[in-house]
Amino acid sequence: MESYNTLNQEIIDELRAVSDHVLVGSAINPDYAKDEMPIYGTHMPDLVVQAHSTQEVSDVMKVCYKHSIPVTARGAGTGLAGGAVPIFGGVILDISPMNHLLGYDLENFVVNVEAGVLLKDLQDDCITKGLMYPPDPGMKYACLGGNVATNAGGMRAVKYGTTRDYVRAMTVVLANGEITHFGATVSKTSSGYSLLNLMIGSEGTLGIITELTLKIIPAPKATASIIVPFKDLKTALSAVPKFKMAHLDPQAIEFMETDIVDMTERFIGRSVFPKQCNGEDIHSYLLITLDGSSDEDLDEQIDQFSKVCFDNQAMEVFIAETPSQISNAWAARSAFYEAITDEIKMLDECDVVIPVNKIAEFIPFVNEIGAELGLDITCYGHAGDGNIHIYQCSNTMSPEEFEERNNKFFDVIYAKAVEYGGEVSGEHGIGNAKMKYLEESIGKTNVDLMEGIKRVFDPKMILNPGKVCHRL
Amino acid sequence: MNMNICVCIKQVPDTNRIKIDPVTNTLVRKGVPSIINPFDTYAVEMAAKLKEEYGGKVVVISMGPPQASKALKVCLSVGADEAYLISDRAFGGSDTLATGYILAGAIKKIEELEDLKFDLIFCGKQAIDGDTAQVGPQIAEQLGLAQATYALDVSCTNDHTIVKREVDGGYDTVLVQTPAVVTVVHTDQMPRYATYSTRSEAKKKQVHVLSSAELSELDLAQCGLSGSPTRVVNTYTPSVQKLGIMIEGSSTTELVDKLVGILDDKRLL
Repeated sequence: MESYNTLNQEIIDELRAVSDHVLVGSAINPDYAKDEMPIYGTHMPDLVVQAHSTQEVSDVMKVCYKHSIPVTARGAGTGLAGGAVPIFGGVILDISPMNHLLGYDLENFVVNVEAGVLLKDLQDDCITKGLMYPPDPGMKYACLGGNVATNAGGMRAVKYGTTRDYVRAMTVVLANGEITHFGATVSKTSSGYSLLNLMIGSEGTLGIITELTLKIIPAPKATASIIVPFKDLKTALSAVPKFKMAHLDPQAIEFMETDIVDMTERFIGRSVFPKQCNGEDIHSYLLITLDGSSDEDLDEQIDQFSKVCFDNQAMEVFIAETPSQISNAWAARSAFYEAITDEIKMLDECDVVIPVNKIAEFIPFVNEIGAELGLDITCYGHAGDGNIHIYQCSNTMSPEEFEERNNKFFDVIYAKAVEYGGEVSGEHGIGNAKMKYLEESIGKTNVDLMEGIKRVFDPKMILNPGKVCHRL
Repeated sequence: MNMNICVCIKQVPDTNRIKIDPVTNTLVRKGVPSIINPFDTYAVEMAAKLKEEYGGKVVVISMGPPQASKALKVCLSVGADEAYLISDRAFGGSDTLATGYILAGAIKKIEELEDLKFDLIFCGKQAIDGDTAQVGPQIAEQLGLAQATYALDVSCTNDHTIVKREVDGGYDTVLVQTPAVVTVVHTDQMPRYATYSTRSEAKKKQVHVLSSAELSELDLAQCGLSGSPTRVVNTYTPSVQKLGIMIEGSSTTELVDKLVGILDDKRLL
């Protein structure tokens, strides 16, 4: 166990000498103590630096390194695994003021951004230029630096992959304050260990990402979103592998049940999804986006896709063609998490990922275990890539009882996921929340390797201590 | 009781995706997709609901270039029975007055062709590219019909239409003599989705095209750019004013003093 120094006036003065953006005491907003999942613990930092440049980050790191002060990097604080929570106090390096889009290089199809640029701002800017930044996590107001640090996935991972597939290069400030660059604006590389890929998904434990060169693609010419209702979830999920088998390549395949749809529609105040079909109640949906190179190409895909749906007992195929219908359907999907937190007092979540063909049997198992433990379970997620978001909820249990049952739930569910060949987190990361389950699923040897890598990058273990692989 | 309804729609650039050139003050339309004017989609939905309730026919019409037939096809997949595109170079550049004149002429012609009388003519309350909200009322004037604007809901009796209208702070309900022109706002009734089968049926249907040749009763001197009295003298982007002042200080007294000082400077006290 490392020992860290606490901030004293002398160190604070040193930090003030290198940064004009230092906050201490009551000037620190209490939001810095938590991310979106305070259930994993909250802790106020002793000092916050709202960094405006790579040089400022570097100067701050030099001071913190010299004095062995823990440093937790933070973007928009929208994480779901405790990654941005300073559980050892110390300094928060808030990179959200570094929110400048630095420019496009359209000959190489990349865009340069500061790490604090919001995902939504980049996505919107790309669209006005006929371009697309494909990674599409549900939380659009997250910073791109955080997206990279957690290898965020999102809805379009089915076709386009995750954030990792779109990072070409980055500027990183190391624990000792040294500024370095990983990667290059090239399409392939065979040039030693990929330090770039080590950084992606490292959750602020190896270095602080300050600038990014991200790959972009030409926006598809035509898109349509499709809502496919089913009588039950198992039938819906069983249809998913059939799309690829029919040579269809949807951008996104999300699954959801009526309970989360109803909850979300109450939250957003309007009805978006059909509830009945030919007089019969709908119980589950697949929400799908198809894209094509032209209207004709898209038309042909919709026809083929509809055929596969009907062959697999879809009740109907609803096609959202107007931009408002498409955006309403996806805005509702993106609001699921907020809708749950609006109605539920106690909740925890499980961001497990398993092989696509196992989802149809996994979800009923999850619901069964939840029922046995008296937890209300809400599931939705990315059916197309096997990443499921399971929410364990209760409005009636005591916090102690909830914790006890919830832990039992996690033990059983993660064990089952590992049995299926799955992994602990599809896209939210490990933080401090899922460390135990990470080690159980990948084994001590692999976590030791991770910790060894961390020690090379961060010999004093000051970067985001107590996270991912840094066991206390 | 059958209700025959004509719905006028317009294909517009998606203004959510449009920017204004700061130098020329004109819309940068490059790469901006065309969509059905959102208010019109609610008008189509209202017509489709009334057809389900009372029976009858929904005919959707649009004046525009040939590519506007794509928007009409979408309407055919969400409840419209027939679609007419009013398209002719002679109609290009029409202002709202000329557009109202041409659409009114087209509606009369379509009644002949379809062998029916429209009980209701629906429009969206305004198009999001021009925002004038004039074309619906002008059609009513041209046809000599009653009109009700800003409709949230419509129900019908034998010879009257009851319209729930959106007004500031609530709604009012008016009774208009049928036939009538009704312009529609965003209602609670989300426009329906096309289904695979309605979309397939729509693809098979033809969009009828009416040019000045078919609409021979129109006086071309009242159509197009030359028939439009409106002159655009100037367009400009309203300047954005930054709102909100953050007052900083270490104590409440200091903050209040600063606030009072600012208000005093602006002669607001």
